[in-house]
Amino acid sequence: MIRVVLPPHLRTLAGVQGDVELAIEGAVTQRSVLDAIESRYPMLRGTIRDQITQQRRPFLRFFACTEDLSHESPDAPLPEAVVAGTEPFFIIGAIAGGERE
Amino acid sequence: MSKVRLLVGTRKGAFVLTADGKREQWSVDGPLFGGWELYHLKGSPADPNRLYASQSSGWFGQLLQRSNDGGKTWEPVGNKFVYDGVAGTHQWYDGTPHPWEFKRVWHIEPSLSDPDTVYAGVEDAALFRSSDGAQTWEELSGLRRHGSGPRWQPGAGGLCLHSIVLDPSSARIFIAISAAGAFRSDDAGKTWKPINQGLRSEQLPNPTAEVGHCVHHITMHRSRPGVLFMQKHWDVLRSDDAGESWREVSGNLPTDFGFAIDVHAHEPETIYVVPIKSDSEHYPPEGKLRVYRSRTGGNEWEPLTKGLPQQDCYVNVLRDAMAVDSLDSCGVYFGTTGGQVYGSADAGDSWAPIVRDLPAVLSVEAQTLP
Repeated sequence: MIRVVLPPHLRTLAGVQGDVELAIEGAVTQRSVLDAIESRYPMLRGTIRDQITQQRRPFLRFFACTEDLSHESPDAPLPEAVVAGTEPFFIIGAIAGGERE
Repeated sequence: MSKVRLLVGTRKGAFVLTADGKREQWSVDGPLFGGWELYHLKGSPADPNRLYASQSSGWFGQLLQRSNDGGKTWEPVGNKFVYDGVAGTHQWYDGTPHPWEFKRVWHIEPSLSDPDTVYAGVEDAALFRSSDGAQTWEELSGLRRHGSGPRWQPGAGGLCLHSIVLDPSSARIFIAISAAGAFRSDDAGKTWKPINQGLRSEQLPNPTAEVGHCVHHITMHRSRPGVLFMQKHWDVLRSDDAGESWREVSGNLPTDFGFAIDVHAHEPETIYVVPIKSDSEHYPPEGKLRVYRSRTGGNEWEPLTKGLPQQDCYVNVLRDAMAVDSLDSCGVYFGTTGGQVYGSADAGDSWAPIVRDLPAVLSVEAQTLP
């Protein structure tokens, strides 16, 4: 199972506690992971990536295995440890203050 | 006994304030959606238990929430706002073309008759409509495409469509955009035209241009849908011909800058504004928080100060942060960027804080409930 760690606000929005576990058939990529998340939790559509362009929202980052994968291709395979479920795929909100803080 | 429910949007969540018809004791529920910006919440006039809320954040973008039980529970609904066809460009601050990009929903206006029909005013400026309870949205693109859209330019807060006024007697819709001006559709949003004749903005190369005016808010009394009141960046104005022409009614206001404007629930010539000092300071003149009331539809204004801070007050009152209830003695409410919500149960003669320490208040809407 793929383990995904959501930012706290998105956990609240989706009504989940702790990590999200996903079974993904085929290639495990950013795109397939996000497709699976949005399929299970439709309320998250548009909150992680733009619904039209599919671009990652600017103040979110993707990490796994201590690496910043944010600028990797959405179709690049995720690390083997993520595929094996021994390491989670992190979706992290930037500590950037947002707008007009 | 009737009661009043206030829907308060803030920089860090939403709050619901309720009181019985005396409006002396208030309960405060919230925060809802804590940590998110709630630009606007509004209830359906056709079903007061149907509420809509615009929830957004710099991290996670735009969400729409809907409640079917007066705010006890909420569910996320559709947040896919796609401009019709090729979005095209408007002007950027420096006058260069800039592509239309959706940023957020500023204002939600439920239909007067159908709880499932609701309008959304968005940034970059466009009007969207849903007829399925906000599950899906369709742009009324005749507004952006009527001709002047490529000349629209953002105000300091962005290119936002912030005011939507529905005519209860016809298919007419009025909207306002900062900084483009006011527009009217006579056919339920299919076709549009600018209605800015009589507006004067000295900051523009042509002060009386057809578009480009920084309209801050427009409002109407339901009994007289041809009479509109406007708080512009500078100037308070009225129109007696559904926006065909406007005349200034700032009269004796200490400053004619401000954001909020509203009309008494039972006296269509009684209007309220909160004068704010200048277009950069954005706080009340002399540190005195004063609502000004005109009982003559403008020009002659009286300061309402009883119960409001009259020294060292430097808050702002934003465009959607004033509302009235429709009880016999009209209640008037407004929220401040300092987190206070003030209420008056006697049409503005006296005021008291309902709550003092919320996050900065972005919007206040009042529901009068049986």
